[in-house]
Amino acid sequence: MEIRTNKLEYRYQKNTPFERLAIHDITISISPNSYTAIIGHTGSGKSTLLQHLNGLLQPTSGEIIIGDKKIVGGVKEKNLKPIRQRVGIVFQFPEHQLFDETVEKDICFGPINFGVTEEEARKRAKEVLQQVGLPEEILSKSPFDLSGGQMRRVAIAGVLAMNPEVLVLDEPTAGLDPRGRHEIMEMFHRLHQERGISIVLVTHSMEDASKYADTIIVMHKGTVYRKGSPNEIFSQPQELIELGLDVPETIRFQLKLERKLGRSIGNTTLTMESLVHSIKQINQRGKQS
Amino acid sequence: MNKLILGRYFPGQSIMHQLDPRAKLVAGFYFIFILFIANNWLTYLLLILFTFTVMYLSGISFKTYVRGVKPLIWLILFTVCLQILFTAGGKIYIDWGPITISQFGIINGIFIFFRFVMIIFLSTVITLTTKPIDLTDGINSLLKPLRLFKLPVDDIALMLSISLRFIPNLMDETQKVMDAQRARGASFGEGGLFQQMKALVPVFLPLFVGSLNRAEELANVMEVRGYQSGIRRSSFRKLHWQLRDTISLCIMVLLTVSLLFLRFNSPL
Repeated sequence: MEIRTNKLEYRYQKNTPFERLAIHDITISISPNSYTAIIGHTGSGKSTLLQHLNGLLQPTSGEIIIGDKKIVGGVKEKNLKPIRQRVGIVFQFPEHQLFDETVEKDICFGPINFGVTEEEARKRAKEVLQQVGLPEEILSKSPFDLSGGQMRRVAIAGVLAMNPEVLVLDEPTAGLDPRGRHEIMEMFHRLHQERGISIVLVTHSMEDASKYADTIIVMHKGTVYRKGSPNEIFSQPQELIELGLDVPETIRFQLKLERKLGRSIGNTTLTMESLVHSIKQINQRGKQS
Repeated sequence: MNKLILGRYFPGQSIMHQLDPRAKLVAGFYFIFILFIANNWLTYLLLILFTFTVMYLSGISFKTYVRGVKPLIWLILFTVCLQILFTAGGKIYIDWGPITISQFGIINGIFIFFRFVMIIFLSTVITLTTKPIDLTDGINSLLKPLRLFKLPVDDIALMLSISLRFIPNLMDETQKVMDAQRARGASFGEGGLFQQMKALVPVFLPLFVGSLNRAEELANVMEVRGYQSGIRRSSFRKLHWQLRDTISLCIMVLLTVSLLFLRFNSPL
């Protein structure tokens, strides 16, 4: 499913003294089976943009087209349930939204809301639990007895059980340990590849953005500053640093090395392997001359 | 939720903003008392003039105040209607069984209406021009004499300031949980009463759990930083009573005197 926005604008508390322009002039498209990362400073409007992708917020001007549904700014759209099923959002700290007595019931909450039979929902609960890497015994436990990392997985499973075509993730690894981070990011990557789910990832981790995404959108002061492939975005690291954003570790190392050596060692590198490769190359060239 | 004006703070630099919160609280409560002195047109006129002057001095637009009254307008109109329909006396305009619309009824209705509106306007002035933290400090310092009666004033003040501090957080969290559940297909404000109440369970439960966790964390953090209950503590923020605060209370006394005079010597 494709999501497109056209000059999307959103103002919080419109027509009150507290009115605030959150995002404006956003024209992006998220194509089917893509992996998009949205990066930007805190308060750059990333989360506001996210909430438009499944109709939780409706634009105050401009328009957004989600699949075959068109939401035009200023016109209140009702019956957005079908959209919410197709675009699943995993909010920040999703473990805070668990509520039911058992893990199984909590995971089934979403599917049943969308009219799936209880039997089918239970079947899905078992499936998604496996996908997020949790044992089946957990189904009958109370979600409040689990560890933080397990709770997060259950919450993510609850969204996956809706069988969304697009999965929107708002900093899914915030507050996890390095290993948990890696496992969860790999899990989303697998889902993207095996089930063809489009992923929209909001993250502060440039490593994750450069490693997994095929498109990166840089947000700044409520609008799209730049968009392109990771290579394009990170080929001018200076620009990102000026915006107050981080760049991947490999690029930071490369910049430092180049400054020390006083010459360029080739294109910016996004992975450790290619960095090692380019360093090897200059080493060899050095030996030859 | 965002449309609620009552209980909000509008930053500003007006005279009303600069008054001591204690002066504002005392004057506010006092105003509600002297409202009942008023019983004829002139006294009401004086009070209305006073209210509007105070509102003008706060430097906040009249529209904002009207928005503060809006959510309560049905309650006010309901009371006014009861007054009009069930007060007897004076010239009778319509007589219809137990329901009579009489001269006194209408006059009383109008008075009640203004009484309500003035109370709301004036309390809105106080909340709009005083930071919540100043308000709690003010209440704390006004309650101090009650220590004599073994009332745990400091604990009450602490609870008050913690509650006030966490209202915005809880509102944010409510919004977040509602959004998250809506993203999972929950719908709010639809269906019958029972259905609507059932739909709130996925919101309230996480909120309760979150509050319990937060309370535990906060208690731990306070203890780690040396907080102990029942000990007289010094305070970092101090309120300063100034000349203008005394003047404002003097104006209240003046208002009372003129009200009393007009009540008993009304030319009308």
